[in-house]
Amino acid sequence: MPNTQTSTPVAVPAVSPRLLATAAGVTGVMLLLAYLVAFDQGGLSQSGMYLHELMHDGRHLLGVPCH
Amino acid sequence: MPLTAAPAPAPAYGRLLINGLLAGLIAGLLAGGFAFFFGEPHVDAAIALEEAAAVAAGDTGGGEEPLVERDVQSGFGLILATSLYGIALGGMFATGYTVLRRRLRASSDARASLGLAGAVLLGFVLVPFVKYPPNPPAVGDPATINQRTITYLAMVVIGLVAVWAGVVAARTQAPEWRKALAGVAGFVVVVAIGYALLPSFNEVPETFPATLLWDFRLSSLGTQVVLWTVLGLGFTALLARSHTPAAEAEKSEPVAVSR
Repeated sequence: MPNTQTSTPVAVPAVSPRLLATAAGVTGVMLLLAYLVAFDQGGLSQSGMYLHELMHDGRHLLGVPCH
Repeated sequence: MPLTAAPAPAPAYGRLLINGLLAGLIAGLLAGGFAFFFGEPHVDAAIALEEAAAVAAGDTGGGEEPLVERDVQSGFGLILATSLYGIALGGMFATGYTVLRRRLRASSDARASLGLAGAVLLGFVLVPFVKYPPNPPAVGDPATINQRTITYLAMVVIGLVAVWAGVVAARTQAPEWRKALAGVAGFVVVVAIGYALLPSFNEVPETFPATLLWDFRLSSLGTQVVLWTVLGLGFTALLARSHTPAAEAEKSEPVAVSR
């Protein structure tokens, strides 16, 4: 296979430790948001069961075990 | 940011992240729309059965005021859930793309992005779906919810690992047909181990209609397929826009002037 790497325009900056740290932080925030939708029962949202009940149908239809 | 204008300058992580969050929001809204039209009728039917069973069991349900009205749950609540979930997954997808782009060995950014979305659809959605198909209301024993949640998450991780194992196995071979064979084998071995080791749960009540269960599960699968298809296509489209000469010029010119 000729020209495997050379013709490929690398579209992302090299992965530096700083980028990795930022990426890990962002992933953490995104996981919290996903947890809020999929699994939280008031512990994270501090809204009692309100948000949990509000997003009840979404959990079922997104394939997450609900009850 | 170093201004190395050698090939096409790479969109920075921040820009990719915004692309991912936006694609995730659009995907979540459309998945919510799909779920509303194709999933909600089955959820409503299942809840009706649940309530009929409760009444038959002597529970008249008197005085139990619901925290959230049904039509709010099935409308605004549903769309809110799919949108927030889409945003979260879009952010993680953009992050994964940024970190993995160099390792994906795809001949173009679009192929890398679409390939990654396909991989996630397979590992994150399809593999767990077969082992732990989603259940409508009235199906599932509340006593096992913690076990089912943990095993579901384990299956998600195993699904993603299986896709990774398939890619790694494929790369050990040179001819195309052996690549394909090794890739499938690596994937199937990991999935089979996961399916065999994790417990199964059959908590469908005897009287629950099989057709309703099937229709619900299909609509749930459809919701997730819509979400990942739109997320993958949306992220790829935004990626292409980030690369257009106009966008590059508009991005680099003010920087050059201000420095």
